[in-house]
Amino acid sequence: MKTRFSLSQKAGLLSLGLFAAILLVWQLLTLPETHVAAANVDPEYAALMGGGGAKAASGFPTPAAMAQTVWDKLSHPFYDNGPNDKGIGIQLGYSLARVLGGFFLAAVVAIPLGFAIGNSRVVYQAINPYVQLLKPISPLAWMPLALYTIKDASASSIFVIFICSLWPMLINTAHGVANVKKDWLDVSRTLEVNPLRKAFRVILPAAAPTVLAGMRISMGIAWLVIVAAEMLVGGTGIGYFVWNEWNNLSLTNVLFAILMIGVVGMALDSLFGVLGKRVAYQE
Amino acid sequence: MTSPSIHPFLQVENLARIYPSPSGGEPVTVFDHVNFRIHKGEFVCVTGHSGCGKSTILNILAGLDSASLGNVFMDGREVSGPSLDRGVIFQSHALMPWLTVLENVAFAVKSRWPARNKQQVREHALRYIELVGLKGAEHKLPSQLSGGMKQRVGIARAFSIEPKMLLMDEPFGALDALTRGVIQDELLKICAETQQTVFMITHDVDEAILLSDRIMLMSNGPHARIAEIVNNTLPRPRDRSAIHKQPHYYPIRNHLVDFLVSRSKLFGSLRDAPDAPSSPTVFDPADLVESDVEPVVVHTPPVGKPHIHLVNA
Ligand SMILES: Nc1ncnc2c1ncn2[C@@H]1O[C@H](COP(=O)(O)OP(=O)(O)OP(=O)(O)O)[C@@H](O)[C@H]1O
Ligand SMILES: [Mg+2]
Repeated sequence: MKTRFSLSQKAGLLSLGLFAAILLVWQLLTLPETHVAAANVDPEYAALMGGGGAKAASGFPTPAAMAQTVWDKLSHPFYDNGPNDKGIGIQLGYSLARVLGGFFLAAVVAIPLGFAIGNSRVVYQAINPYVQLLKPISPLAWMPLALYTIKDASASSIFVIFICSLWPMLINTAHGVANVKKDWLDVSRTLEVNPLRKAFRVILPAAAPTVLAGMRISMGIAWLVIVAAEMLVGGTGIGYFVWNEWNNLSLTNVLFAILMIGVVGMALDSLFGVLGKRVAYQE
Repeated sequence: MTSPSIHPFLQVENLARIYPSPSGGEPVTVFDHVNFRIHKGEFVCVTGHSGCGKSTILNILAGLDSASLGNVFMDGREVSGPSLDRGVIFQSHALMPWLTVLENVAFAVKSRWPARNKQQVREHALRYIELVGLKGAEHKLPSQLSGGMKQRVGIARAFSIEPKMLLMDEPFGALDALTRGVIQDELLKICAETQQTVFMITHDVDEAILLSDRIMLMSNGPHARIAEIVNNTLPRPRDRSAIHKQPHYYPIRNHLVDFLVSRSKLFGSLRDAPDAPSSPTVFDPADLVESDVEPVVVHTPPVGKPHIHLVNA
């Protein structure tokens, strides 16, 4: 009976083991030098020591100190004590709002445009050179131009998100639409389906998995880029928070922010994973 | 049996498909001088070797493709594009995999009668799903169906729009013999009930004999054409287990097999005069009383035979 673990149970156990190993290595590496001998120190004791020593505050935090920070920050995510001291929920909220704003605008442009490109060889050939030229540009390279023309930091970072989300959605939509099986188009032709109904009832569902895969890639890139963009323009957001805490030399807060960026990124990605499953079809 | 009328239901005149040669030389004529008529309620099968242009002809009839030369008229009007008047059953079933069986059929029904409400569309679709024996599977996705069931959904979809004519491109080619037999029987039954006019491509001689009123035989390309037409005189209703006991069964079958094995190639001699319009030879087992060897080659339509429908271009 002992060997009858399911695959996910085994994987879960392995994950937990890995987590414990990471904590152990982390703990060993961050032991205060005077306490090297006490390797098997109680985590609570370590927390007391870490919290007490001035050295630990500016140096690399111990797992226990980290846990304490995570707990404190997550119990009050939405406090606001002025520009340089806001709860993590507020900072993440700013970043998410910018990402969703830019992403939504990009979708509004990219999906119809991708439809047009995928439907017509002429449009494809006309637009392709622009896409090829613009796609490899780092989205942050647009920032000065955005700041100059838009003259607003927050709107500029939304613009940068817009630019970086645009390409994967555009290319995937065009690709998905261009590769709709000829049989399905022939069926709708013999049924004299009008163009609008064909677009929404045949082409869109047929291309949806590819379109959604593009949206997922776009969202991933947008979440990467927002951190850099906010570091650049400052003010609010998780990117600004990271930079600010680095200036405060609070590695604990920086680490905490990194963790949160990862968690939110993962949540966004799995959201698109779920959506992708819902539009997927099996031939 | 149909009787000849002045206005055949479907009339194909001098159809040809010519491709420009890839190397810039002589253009390739896949088929030319294709002439035939189909009358209302008739079931016509076409057979011939791979690549002779059967699918191309069917797609031209469907309006999905256009001919290089020639015209197709249905009900007196020229075919210039796809239409709900002509239902197509695709070889690859062409079901939309994100729609259930019911939704696939309902999509067609709604296309045919946009004014109908949801309930009416649903009832109509269900009636045809039941007709092909898929009652109970209407909420399944195509990926959950067997190949035979998918093909039946394709048949239900094509019949549901009540087209004036049905076009089928090797609809059962991908099915195993047993499933094919069952669906053929169903098709026979539905066609008998609905008096459907059918144009069907098949590679299966027995399928052609079981289903058709006439069998058109295409010679090999290039310059393929309808070389012979066989009148299928076997009485209806036909039963696959007893059909071989009919006196005309073996003459027809041998004639078809013989064509496919040898005569389809010989027909190439006509290529020497590609401009000369050809009339297909007609084989009718009823003529076999005196001659049981090679059928007489006739290049002009004989007079006084009600079952012969020839087109003189
Ligand atoms: N672009 C092209 N250029 C030249 N020839 C072509 C082109 N497209 C198709 N053909 C030719 O047209 C012919 C007709 O093809 P079609 O699919 O109609 O044949 P078919 O009789 O249906 O064959 P099968 O029984 O294998 O389905 C083929 O011989 C093919 O080589
Ligand atoms: Mg074919």
